[in-house]
Amino acid sequence: MAILITPETKILVQGITGDFGGRHARLSLDYGTKVVAGVTPGKGGQVFEHEKHRVPIFNSVHDAVAATGVTVSVVFVPPPFAGDAILEGVDAGLDLVVAITEGIPVRDMIRVKRAIAGSKTRLLGPNCPGVVTPGTGPQSTGGCRIGIAPGYIHRKGHVGVVSRSGTLTYEAVYQLTTRNIGQSTCVGIGGDPVNGTSHLDVIRMFNADPETHGIILIGEIGGNAEVEAARWIKTNVRKPVAGFIAGATAPAGRRMGHAGAIVGGAEDTAAAKIAVFKECGIEVAATPSDMADALLRAAKAKGITLT
Amino acid sequence: MNIHEYQAKALFEKYGVPVPKGAPAKTHEEFVTALAQLPEGPTMVKSQIHAGGRGKGTFTNGFKGGVKFCKTKAEARDVAAKMLGNTLVTVQTGPAGRKVQTVYFTTASDIKKEYYLAILLDRASSRPVIVASTEGGMEIEKVAHETPEKIFKVLVDPAYGLADFQVRQLITGLGLNAAEAKGAAKLIRNLYGMFWETDAAMIEVNPLITTPSGEVLALDAKVSFDSNALFRHPEISALRDLNEEDPKEIEASKFNLSYIALDGNIACLVNGAGLAMSTMDIIKHYGGNPANFLDVGGGATKEQVVAAFKIILGDANVKGIFVNIFGGIMDCNVIATGIVDAVREVGLKLPLVVRLEGNNVAAGKATLGSSGLTIVSGDTMADAAQKIVKLVA
Repeated sequence: MAILITPETKILVQGITGDFGGRHARLSLDYGTKVVAGVTPGKGGQVFEHEKHRVPIFNSVHDAVAATGVTVSVVFVPPPFAGDAILEGVDAGLDLVVAITEGIPVRDMIRVKRAIAGSKTRLLGPNCPGVVTPGTGPQSTGGCRIGIAPGYIHRKGHVGVVSRSGTLTYEAVYQLTTRNIGQSTCVGIGGDPVNGTSHLDVIRMFNADPETHGIILIGEIGGNAEVEAARWIKTNVRKPVAGFIAGATAPAGRRMGHAGAIVGGAEDTAAAKIAVFKECGIEVAATPSDMADALLRAAKAKGITLT
Repeated sequence: MNIHEYQAKALFEKYGVPVPKGAPAKTHEEFVTALAQLPEGPTMVKSQIHAGGRGKGTFTNGFKGGVKFCKTKAEARDVAAKMLGNTLVTVQTGPAGRKVQTVYFTTASDIKKEYYLAILLDRASSRPVIVASTEGGMEIEKVAHETPEKIFKVLVDPAYGLADFQVRQLITGLGLNAAEAKGAAKLIRNLYGMFWETDAAMIEVNPLITTPSGEVLALDAKVSFDSNALFRHPEISALRDLNEEDPKEIEASKFNLSYIALDGNIACLVNGAGLAMSTMDIIKHYGGNPANFLDVGGGATKEQVVAAFKIILGDANVKGIFVNIFGGIMDCNVIATGIVDAVREVGLKLPLVVRLEGNNVAAGKATLGSSGLTIVSGDTMADAAQKIVKLVA
């Protein structure tokens, strides 16, 4: 098992005919992921070809669902149209929509988030690297790669990674893999202030997943999501957890690349979040180079061997 | 994107949010035409810069106060002459201050009581929140810390917008009387309408005032917009004032680079916002001081790397450079070639430490190694950070 997706999950790519969407659809196919449909309005009936693969393109998500039974989509649609693309996936009753697009207006996401409430669809992102459940093939191929993460750095195993940042996720995954420790699922929740899935949502899933034996929680300045997750961990999680918070040196009031990474008050500084992590029994990585080792320390303290 | 108070007040008027009568001036000649639009009598002169603390600020020419009350229009004109073209230093500008390029004249209002009103995003609920307080004219952070019971909030459901009962809650919370309530209700509704329609990131009115005659007015206005939504508001994009932005940040944005200047001496060039932030952190962790935040993004090109080097070297404080790239998908050799080109093109004399990891990393390291340039290689982030801190010390 894993969370959110398994190597058998079939996926749909919204925006498959764009440069960005097409490139990552090819990389996912190379990884062994079951990309079964593409959607680009007006291009229905065409075929997305890559080596031996022939992926049918549909005009709408509804058409793609009706023809293929697909339940998960990834959105590479440009920002002005991305909110609408997510809503289309929700209306078609998908289980999971992963929004990669960076730069969606906040107002659009406020509406999307409201529309999703009460629906069966889970949204991951936007402005996120996506989600990877590694496979058992060479360089973890045969897994399910949704989004833009490099598949080859993964290794199948039992550590769950959750982060707002793409490159920091890769950093953590790479540290684990080079120490021969594999991952169950690696989840990027995205760097925007309004997103579909929170740190806490993912932590709950990792906690319930028997294949996940340890967790790395990577956060950053801004908002309250890491603190919320940490408090839940304190009372509910017995698995070893390591944490890192980026942005200790960021000045207040300046947005650090991610729209959500901005210090507003005393509670959303890195120092405040790190203090809560420590109080909640999370092993804090002193630097980003220390993330995998921090988890190993946490596991050792609980007498758990991670693989 | 931030705008000036006078621009925000013009938008307020457009959306039916009452403000004191006012007029901006960018030259001494315009003082006359601007003041001619106001009635004779007490007048405020307000320096227009994108920073708070204007009232308590000091000009570098010694003149005190970036916001002044004047008894007559003639006095307002003399005071404006001392502000325009001069540099105002406030708690938010840093010691360099900001040059005042516009002054704003407004009719001074009779104030019965001051309140606080703001609209912004509540991240926890992913909804717009209206924040109000009976303690206007002070720092809201201070009110929140000392008397949190005097701040109250209303969350707006985006499915049906601001409801009438919520407007009544706000008015009751502020303790407004029946005469004031009608004007306040209209003001709150229109302000929310502006927030939603213009894709504002934040609207802050501090103070909102009542007058002895029962009027409710926005005496100040601080407005910022969601940069990602400007594509659908060309009239708001046109309000951008490049004079208020760091020229290096403007240059960076032309190359799709995200750059923010800091006050240290180790420049960083990184891919990804989270990694860029933590690169600054790790420099600090090992006793150094980062000179900037710089994210070249996920698909950096050679041209972007060269542009990034030029921008970070435009900061005279920089004594060394730390390049930290995790090229998951992007080819490390492309980055390495960009680094070598950039170093040659700018004739770099400062120490440079490069940590490359990821796709095609062996070829990238070979390119750096065979370049004949003095480039120190770091194996991990920690190793590279310690090396650059040592080289700069």
